Amino acid sequence: MDNLEELYNDIIMEHSMNSYNKKELKSCDFCEMGHNPNCGDEIKLEVKLNGDIIEDMAFTGHGCAISQSSTSVMIDVLKGKTIKEAKDIIETFINMIKREIKDEKELEKLEDAIAFKNISNMPARVKCALLAWHTMEELLNKKGE
Amino acid sequence: MDELKKDFPILNSSNVAYLDSGATTQKPQAVIDAVDKYYKTQNANPHRGAYSLSIEATRVYEEGREKIAQFISSETSSQIIFTKNASEALNLIAYSYGLENLKKDDEVVLSIMEHHSNLVPWQFVTKKTNSKLKYMYINENFELSDEEIYSKITDNTKIVGITHVSNVTGTINDVEKIIKYAHKKGAIVVLDASQSIPHMKIDVQKLDADFVVFSGHKMLSPLGIGVLYGKKNILENMNPFLMGGDMIEYVYEQETTFAPLPSKFEAGTQNVGGVVGLCAAIDYIEMVGYENIQKHEKEVVNYAINKLKELDYIKLYITPNESNHSAVVSFNIIGVHPHDVASILDANGVCVRSGNHCAQPLMRYLGIDSTCRASFYLYNTKEDVDKLVDSIQKAYKMFEKYLSK
Ligand SMILES: Cc1ncc(COP(=O)(O)O)c(C=O)c1O
Repeated sequence: MDNLEELYNDIIMEHSMNSYNKKELKSCDFCEMGHNPNCGDEIKLEVKLNGDIIEDMAFTGHGCAISQSSTSVMIDVLKGKTIKEAKDIIETFINMIKREIKDEKELEKLEDAIAFKNISNMPARVKCALLAWHTMEELLNKKGE
Repeated sequence: MDELKKDFPILNSSNVAYLDSGATTQKPQAVIDAVDKYYKTQNANPHRGAYSLSIEATRVYEEGREKIAQFISSETSSQIIFTKNASEALNLIAYSYGLENLKKDDEVVLSIMEHHSNLVPWQFVTKKTNSKLKYMYINENFELSDEEIYSKITDNTKIVGITHVSNVTGTINDVEKIIKYAHKKGAIVVLDASQSIPHMKIDVQKLDADFVVFSGHKMLSPLGIGVLYGKKNILENMNPFLMGGDMIEYVYEQETTFAPLPSKFEAGTQNVGGVVGLCAAIDYIEMVGYENIQKHEKEVVNYAINKLKELDYIKLYITPNESNHSAVVSFNIIGVHPHDVASILDANGVCVRSGNHCAQPLMRYLGIDSTCRASFYLYNTKEDVDKLVDSIQKAYKMFEKYLSK
């Protein structure tokens, strides 16, 4: 139970239940849908760029507390970053969940998203935490095409 | 009855409240022992060897068929076809009966409660044959009304697919009525007994169903063995589903004649160990007795329903008509996603399933993404229910302060 209460911490709960990032942007440059058919979780990410910088982001959709909060926290972390920085942060997040980070210092750049670290102890929920990050990764990769 | 738990090693050693028997049941020691004994003393390839061990494996396999025929009151044992699970049996029917017999503008009628296994194959087959796929919807009590049955099954209906018990709502459908009406309209009926046979006596002749399918693993047997029953004249007129060894008579370079029932539908080396386990499971169920199983389950399930009804933040997806409800209880904590609830329950030693339960069209019809589902079986006790309710309360507490905003 210890692990679990650590996991459902304030950051995750606040972001999942009352996220200010859950809205539609007035105008956006890119959008991408992500879904986990097995659980029915669905999100739509919207991104507004200013040159190379992620100027604004928002999401809509529905799902469990983990997928919703992970999306919202990701938006907080990536807003204002360059595309290159964003890609690096996404990769670090995914590696953290997969427990492939050797140097804990690397995690600093994840800011609040570090709150999801213990998800790796709950294999059944890993894909909930990764949904937004994979969706954003996809969006950025497509953008480069 | 509370003593039965002792017969299930996994429930003894782990101390979890196992409330996911609708997905698969745990296995009693007697079943594990029977399978163990088969592999230690009787195993060989059935039907293929002239030596005594192979003859022994064949005997065990065919005696299993006899036993299952008796268990569900089949006219003959040749109408019992072994498959790997209910899904394979349903695919067999869709391909070998549906694909061959459906014509343009014919109708296949299903209930909206069907498991994907009794739904997706019919989508495929109706598309291929240009026939129509229609649904009978449930009412506010999660039941099929007579009106719905009588208006959807028409003179054009050729096949009706119906689950005996819903794996989401636990509704017991009035399948005798549906079968009678379908026959009156000239349709055949595919009865999915996966969620009913663990809990109630199935008499295929009394039901008069044309096909009945179920999986062994939901009724105490090992994984990987399922049963298809069919009416003899229907099965005899069907083409094989899978082809290969054991299901043939003569094979020439360009032509083959097929073996008679039941071998026609059993290609390749069969799961004798699974049949042995299924037979031991039937022995166990008969030893306890369906009447006792039902009485015990009613007590535990009603206890659970009453406890859950006391929590005003719980929404239940069950019929208020107790006699139409089996041992599955779907619920949600209002405002909290079922996956979060299931994770918190898991951390408290309670196993429930969360998700769409392989019934996405039903979920969409109900306007929800998913539910938590507690499903009960003969080994569950009121203590399991107490654990469930306690941990639901804990889960709610974790979310409460964020929900109120
Ligand atoms: C009503 C119903 N039908 C069919 C199935 C499919 O069973 P299996 O996965 O063993 O083929 C299930 C079980 O998941 C079920 O609940």
